[in-house]
Amino acid sequence: MIDWFTWLQLAVAVAAGLLCLALGLAGRKPSDLSLGSVAVVEVLLVAQVVIAIVAPLVGNAPTGSALEFWVYLVAAALVPPAAAFWALLEPNRWSTVVLGVAALAVAVMVYRMYQIWTVQGI
Amino acid sequence: MERLQSAPAPTGPAGTRTRMSGVGRVLVAVYGVLALAALGRSFVQIVSKFDEAPLAYALSALAAAVYVVATIALVRPGRAWYRVAWVTLTFELTGVLVVGALSIIDPALFPHDTVWSWFGRGYLFIPLVLPVLGMWWLAKHRPVEAGAA
Repeated sequence: MIDWFTWLQLAVAVAAGLLCLALGLAGRKPSDLSLGSVAVVEVLLVAQVVIAIVAPLVGNAPTGSALEFWVYLVAAALVPPAAAFWALLEPNRWSTVVLGVAALAVAVMVYRMYQIWTVQGI
Repeated sequence: MERLQSAPAPTGPAGTRTRMSGVGRVLVAVYGVLALAALGRSFVQIVSKFDEAPLAYALSALAAAVYVVATIALVRPGRAWYRVAWVTLTFELTGVLVVGALSIIDPALFPHDTVWSWFGRGYLFIPLVLPVLGMWWLAKHRPVEAGAA
């Protein structure tokens, strides 16, 4: 993992989550804005996958369990598409809230991944 | 992923809408995430260190499986799934209360974390709150009588 990229990813996921929660609770259906923000979260996750593959090859290996890290990363990468798929299927205000919940869940998982990568034993 | 599969089932056998429209879908989403988290975690535990604490990790796996079933049962329409939802939610609530209490009274029993240790502290207490919310939701949305809700 790359520190600054991970923090950027966290910030984007939290921002997207709060944005979608706010839009959803305000009664908005999923829009280009809310779906777009979740799409950005997903793109960053895919970038993180690439980083996690390359980083150990250049001497930046996880200090914790690589298996646990990858389970988190793969699971996290599945969450935004699932939420977006549902939003497109039944678009209403609550699917916007679900998009927000998904983005916040990704934020939690990325933070956990960061712990596994950098701090052994937490 | 279970949400994906369950999503396109808005019509039930008797033409009842799924009870998970409206705010209920948020509940399902949180359940789905919890099921995913519990599944992933127990997968890692069982693959990498099952010998250390077979009881705790077997329990994790069981809990994860029940979360998956509960997620599906919440979305599916019909009486049978309604009953399954009640059973799984009751199981979860019992689990989190019993294991949560035991893990505090006698930590030696559960030296390794399960979803339910310390009332689900490792999961922001979501495992404690979610079954209660789910039961409240189920009680308000009975099949048939209020099926159209």
